[in-house]
Amino acid sequence: MSSLICQRQSLTFRARSYMAFVFTPQPPIADWLADLDATLERSKGFFAGHPVALDLSAAGLTPPEIGELTTNLAERGIRVLGIEGIEPHHVTPALPPLLRGGRGAQEIEIPEPAASTPEAAATPEPARAPQKQEPASLLIDSPVRSGQSVVYIEGDVTVLGSVGSGAEIIAGGSIHIYGTLRGLAMAGASGNSRARIFCHRFEGELLAIGPHYKTADEIEASLRRGPAQAWLDGNTLKITAMN
Amino acid sequence: MSEGKSARVLVVTSGKGGVGKTTSTAAIGAALAHLGEKVVVIDFDVGLRNLDLVLGAERRVVFDLINVINGVAKLPQALIKDKRLENLFLLPASQTRDKDALTEDGVAKVIAELRTKFDWIVCDSPAGIERGATLAMRHADAAIIVTNPEVSSVRDSDRIIGLLDSKTEKAERGECVDKHLLITRYHPWRAARGEMLSIDDVLEILSIPLIGIIPESEEVLRASNVGSPVTLNAPLSGPARAYFDATKRLKGEQIPMQIPSESRGLFNKLFGRKAA
Repeated sequence: MSSLICQRQSLTFRARSYMAFVFTPQPPIADWLADLDATLERSKGFFAGHPVALDLSAAGLTPPEIGELTTNLAERGIRVLGIEGIEPHHVTPALPPLLRGGRGAQEIEIPEPAASTPEAAATPEPARAPQKQEPASLLIDSPVRSGQSVVYIEGDVTVLGSVGSGAEIIAGGSIHIYGTLRGLAMAGASGNSRARIFCHRFEGELLAIGPHYKTADEIEASLRRGPAQAWLDGNTLKITAMN
Repeated sequence: MSEGKSARVLVVTSGKGGVGKTTSTAAIGAALAHLGEKVVVIDFDVGLRNLDLVLGAERRVVFDLINVINGVAKLPQALIKDKRLENLFLLPASQTRDKDALTEDGVAKVIAELRTKFDWIVCDSPAGIERGATLAMRHADAAIIVTNPEVSSVRDSDRIIGLLDSKTEKAERGECVDKHLLITRYHPWRAARGEMLSIDDVLEILSIPLIGIIPESEEVLRASNVGSPVTLNAPLSGPARAYFDATKRLKGEQIPMQIPSESRGLFNKLFGRKAA
């Protein structure tokens, strides 16, 4: 075998998913653009530098009209990453590529001018329940034993058994434990401050939502051995009994 | 070499040290042999072997598990036959080596060879969750988790159950190791006064089936010191009867569970309460 061939490594391709804003233009397009302009007026540069996809399933545009729309958006500093919701044969080489298999995420609230700092734009707050979200949740139907770690950043975690002392559950969303929580539960690990922790019987070592946590010592003793929930009230982690 | 047998591999494990793994391995191994099964007990505690002492075989060790793994000795040369029970054998650990001398392939070969010759292979796991413990449980069909009714032992057992469900060959094949909880060093009077976790607490936390409750007893210590499993040394004692019952349950017999109760005299009872 020649050394040249030996040294050559085969190419590997990996898939990676990214978050993008999705615009869903409604006809008439001129009115929709006017609404967009009004939004941009309030929050200048909110979309600048962020990938944007167009969902044209409701727009009913011909290929030339789609081209015109992307040009209009480009004039506003918005670059279109891809298009979904149109027939494949409508995608001409001049248009951005067709996207498929997108998964819904939370709706983005456009910040008011006072709050339109780069930080606020980078970590948008979730506004309300997304309309067409695939349920992202993990169900564990066996006990989580001491030393085991369940990490599920994509969404909620539900445990039907108990979570042992020294075990941990880390979820991007909420955590539901139908047995006894004796270990550690961290909800909202991806920054979702609306995440909560529910457990049928609380004997846990630590509860956290986002960056806010309480150790067992800091949690009122009267809550132990009963059903409890934890949520964020501003920057304070609140824990109450559920009866 | 083959005698047409296909042994059941049982690991006796706990995570925590000092809870009674070796004592239980000896007692259950001897009880199985006494009930007519052909049994080999293997000491996986390489470097800190004890099973030879508890079985009273320490003066007859020539070759050990590591010698067999390294090819220095053949398996039949390393097996030590018990003096009291002709169908009980010991494969001792090496005292001069450490756990790194255990290799995955070597252990697999030894277990595979033993499977053809015995009814039961009882693996005495070292404490901890490292190499010795993981290799001891690696090929297990069933596990006895030895737990004392106190929080640190229970948490360590929880950890070990997690490993039994993920690191064993059976778990990797998507099957499940049969897990049995053996509660040892149970003090009836301490339990009555709420100084230990109750049996219910332990069962609730670990949620695996209970196979026996062994009362704390001087008979256990006495048996270890004379190098004889308690099931042979004092077969009518409380712990021996509890071990025999557990062994029969392991074989699939239905035996009602007895929670050991206070059997000492009134004077001892009063004295015990005062002292503690």
